[in-house]
Amino acid sequence: MIRILALLPLSIAVIFGGFFLWGLNPDRDPNEVPSVLIAQPAPAFELDPVVGLHTPGLSRSDLVGTETAVVMNVFASWCVPCRAEHAVLTSLAEKDGIRLFGINYKDKPEDAIRWLAELGNPYERIGSDLSGRAGIEWGISGVPETFIINTDGTVLFRHVGPIVGEGAIGKFREALLQAGALPSGGL
Amino acid sequence: MTPEIGHFALALAFALALVQSVLPLVGANRGNLLWMHSARTTSIGQFILVGVAFGALMRSFIVSDFTVLNVASNSHSLKPMLYKIAGTWGSHEGSLLLWVLILTLFGAAVSLFGSNIPSSLKARTLAVQAWISVGFLSFMLFTSNPFTRVFPPPTDGNDLNPLLQDVGLALHPPFLYLGYVGFSIVFSFAVAALLEGRVDAAWARWVRPWTLAAWICLTAGIVLGSWWAYYELGWGGWWFWDPVENVSFMPWLLGTALLHSAIVTEKRDAFKSWTILLAILTFSLSLLGTFVVRSGLLTSVHAFAVDPERGLYILALLALSIGGSLALYAWRAPMMEAGGIFKPISREAGLLVNNLILTTATGTVLFGTLYPLFLEAITGDKISVGAPFFNATFVPMMLPLVLFMGVGPFLSWKRADLAGVYQRLKYVALASIIATPIVWYIQKGGPLLAHFSIMLATWLLLATLREWGIRIRLFEAPISETLRRARNLPRASHGMTMAHAGLAIAMLGMIGSSAWKSEEIVFVAPGTTIEIAGFDVTFSGVERVRGPNYLADRGTLAVSRNGQSIDTLRPERRYYPIADSTTTESAIRSTLAGDLYASISEPATENAEQSDAWTLRILYEPLVNFIWLGSSLLIIGGALSLSDRRLRVGAPKRTSASSAPSTQAEKA
Repeated sequence: MIRILALLPLSIAVIFGGFFLWGLNPDRDPNEVPSVLIAQPAPAFELDPVVGLHTPGLSRSDLVGTETAVVMNVFASWCVPCRAEHAVLTSLAEKDGIRLFGINYKDKPEDAIRWLAELGNPYERIGSDLSGRAGIEWGISGVPETFIINTDGTVLFRHVGPIVGEGAIGKFREALLQAGALPSGGL
Repeated sequence: MTPEIGHFALALAFALALVQSVLPLVGANRGNLLWMHSARTTSIGQFILVGVAFGALMRSFIVSDFTVLNVASNSHSLKPMLYKIAGTWGSHEGSLLLWVLILTLFGAAVSLFGSNIPSSLKARTLAVQAWISVGFLSFMLFTSNPFTRVFPPPTDGNDLNPLLQDVGLALHPPFLYLGYVGFSIVFSFAVAALLEGRVDAAWARWVRPWTLAAWICLTAGIVLGSWWAYYELGWGGWWFWDPVENVSFMPWLLGTALLHSAIVTEKRDAFKSWTILLAILTFSLSLLGTFVVRSGLLTSVHAFAVDPERGLYILALLALSIGGSLALYAWRAPMMEAGGIFKPISREAGLLVNNLILTTATGTVLFGTLYPLFLEAITGDKISVGAPFFNATFVPMMLPLVLFMGVGPFLSWKRADLAGVYQRLKYVALASIIATPIVWYIQKGGPLLAHFSIMLATWLLLATLREWGIRIRLFEAPISETLRRARNLPRASHGMTMAHAGLAIAMLGMIGSSAWKSEEIVFVAPGTTIEIAGFDVTFSGVERVRGPNYLADRGTLAVSRNGQSIDTLRPERRYYPIADSTTTESAIRSTLAGDLYASISEPATENAEQSDAWTLRILYEPLVNFIWLGSSLLIIGGALSLSDRRLRVGAPKRTSASSAPSTQAEKA
């Protein structure tokens, strides 16, 4: 009896060790919060265009029923990481031919226009979300965030934060490829 | 050149540790005194060499030698000198070096000051200590070299996180590590005793001062960390049940249990295998903490940069040290004979309850901390376990402990007289029961649990003072007699009184600041007045000021009560351009009755410069300073107990060990 009792601490330690070993898996990121929207239909929303910008506004129907999966990016001129991400998105839209839509989140129209004039406008359509209502519908936790939406309107992928750096870009391209959002099919 | 000297010193220390991990052990088995005593030279040598390495790294930080990668990524030439120095242990590599420095410090200290410890036990203890050294020095040399050079060197450094530029935080890791790693020597003592197959009262006495020293430092480290979170982070709380806080708290809880069970082993020769197990587990939890913080296993605000390779290496170290020691325990512990017998009502039984509660509480915290990992492994769900879980489980568990803490010191060894204890404590009980409605009246209600806790804290405080009063015959004998008795009372007794009273006082602070806290988060424009906890706080605007390496928006808040102006608070929001990050400097009006705590966080809109409206957070935390006061008493009480003559001299000869301590115990 005493022998078994004396073995108890060791047995517990071994079980804990097993869990720790599992937890060290390099692909595991405890900070990653899966979006509840993944594999769910995209939320309904309807946004007016940015006042003074010639790009049309954005609603759910623009994202659904397209020929390929599309990308929707939430951005703002006051968000510094968005500026870093902008070149990546522009290249994806112009070189790889993805269909890119934007939600301009809680931004003053004149700031947004100046920002797009300076950096270029890769977006097919931009909805102006002044109240942040669409942001709530999409459950965003900050800006920027990027979603990939399938032709039937289900959300396939969500990226929180800017798509910059090799790791993030690689992962995003991988997701685009799987979703069939890269018309050229190549990398 | 200096970094290379440091690197070389580390390699030499590693070589010495390798020798020390074998030679004294073989010597102890063969009875070769020369080999046993070699541990003295090697342990002191290790400490000096690691000290040289630490000094070399510190010098690189002081002179801002950006050819060293660690300095380049964690320092900046414009940083104040104090924080350049503190940067030495601010990174993963540097803090690991500090870890090893303290490990070798304790080894060297046992060599130097443990003259009353028998040669064979000392040799084995130092050999075990060297095993840990070998593990961590190799970890550092092979995966986390702090002296790696970078070419071409950057023109300036990357700064240390400005949040970490605070005196409390600069001192927090060294103390925390002194505690964490201090338990390594207790672990080594336990493993050595298992190797030797002998645990007795004398062993417990040799181990006790080291346990106490480590416990004091750990207490100080945790309190400094908590104090830093309270004053610096601007969250207005002192404990968040964050995984990293928990992993420092668990060794503390178990170390506290160890401190008490070692008393029983020392004085009554009982609880032997239990004390050994606690010694092993306390350090195991410290190692677990080191692992959790550096492996990215759990989500936390304080984790270091994550590297799976490092995590795997520490896990292997953990498996060897914890697994090995527990296997040794499973093999040897059943052979230990039981010690002194005691009745269900006795001091032994009281300390047993203390141990059971503290261990269960540790288990609860451990489970809560690791539950997200377990759940994710089994079901794939991701959750986080926060304060509600711990408040619902840990707090109710600790309350009975407080109840027993009041009674414990009144119980005598072997068999206690409950009727006599009741006689001595009935007025204390009455007073704490009466205190409760008074608090209810003053605070006009509040959570029931808080009132119950206040009652228990009052009980603990009064019972502790009563016990002390009886010992020195306060108010019962002439003052000269009382003073004489107070002088003759062992310092360990004064220390216990102080620590127990300190806990009661800290409890008052914890209860007050969590149950009766008021909080307002409002958008303010200049001229707005907010009323909180009887204060009127008027916001008069924000101005831009410039600090040594930051820009700040400083708000001005006029505080008045009943129309009379009493203070001005100036909370700041600092922007550090080099690190591109923002911190909140809260402004606090601190009194014994409570802290009025203000912080401005964000502009109310994205263009606050025009509108001048800000988000203002005002908190009133009643009694919060009692926490720091009580914790200081815990630390001072521990130090007083450590200075007890009994621990420094007159350790009994081992042959007479079984009888000598118990007679001394009666005297105490």
